[in-house]
Amino acid sequence: MDTILFLIFAAIAVICGINLVVQTHPISSALSLVGVMGALAALYLLLGGEFIAAAQLVVYAGAIMVLFVFVIMLLNAGTEKRLNVRPLGKYLGAPLLLVFFGMMAYLIQKVMPPSSPVVFGAFQGGTAAEIGKSLFTVYLLPFEVTSVLILIAILGAIVLARKEVD
Amino acid sequence: MIPLGPLPAAVPPSWYLILSAILFALGVLGFLLRRNIITVFMSIELMLNAVNLSFVTFSYVLKRVDGHIFSFFVMVVAAAEAAVGLAIILTVFKNRQTLEIDEVSSLKN
Repeated sequence: MDTILFLIFAAIAVICGINLVVQTHPISSALSLVGVMGALAALYLLLGGEFIAAAQLVVYAGAIMVLFVFVIMLLNAGTEKRLNVRPLGKYLGAPLLLVFFGMMAYLIQKVMPPSSPVVFGAFQGGTAAEIGKSLFTVYLLPFEVTSVLILIAILGAIVLARKEVD
Repeated sequence: MIPLGPLPAAVPPSWYLILSAILFALGVLGFLLRRNIITVFMSIELMLNAVNLSFVTFSYVLKRVDGHIFSFFVMVVAAAEAAVGLAIILTVFKNRQTLEIDEVSSLKN
């Protein structure tokens, strides 16, 4: 069951990822990215990351992608010009990419020490309680620094996007 | 490498890492190939997501929660980056009326 779920969601993620690269209209790319994020949220759940899965859906698929779609609509972004790819890249690109993926998979299998397979429910440390405990004890300083980062980001966004007032 | 025949009951963690690597490579590909600023930006988000999957997988392998915290921070940084980046895109569009990255080349030469 775990294998089937992994294969389904991995296939969704990879197909949506390819679609993101191939599509020429930004809206299609944005929707593909939402698909990738949804599939990844399901995979986080399989890995025992309940909190991260929820945050992935709420923050990424919910907030960030809405922002993207909003900007795409606002700027009325249309289809982009076709790339003129050289024939070498056109016919050799995809096979070379597959070879690259194969080599990467081989290398990862080789480097990764043998470990127990991923079973749903085997790791219980990803709950909101555990993450909260860790976040407010061990990682308290980075967490507080994050608030400064967000403040700077808000200020930067306002300064960049405001109307020029003379 | 990948066993053919009947599927195993559960997949090894390295399969998750391979998926993460593939998604990261696709993000790099989109970053290099696309010509629209917004799509380039979305490719960066795809790369961040791929790295998050690696973090959560290693967190599972090591049975520690730290990977989840790291991917949480990556999400926060991605949100901040999206806010500032999209503001920059708005400003670029306001000044140049284009989203093609090849036409925004005043820093070239």
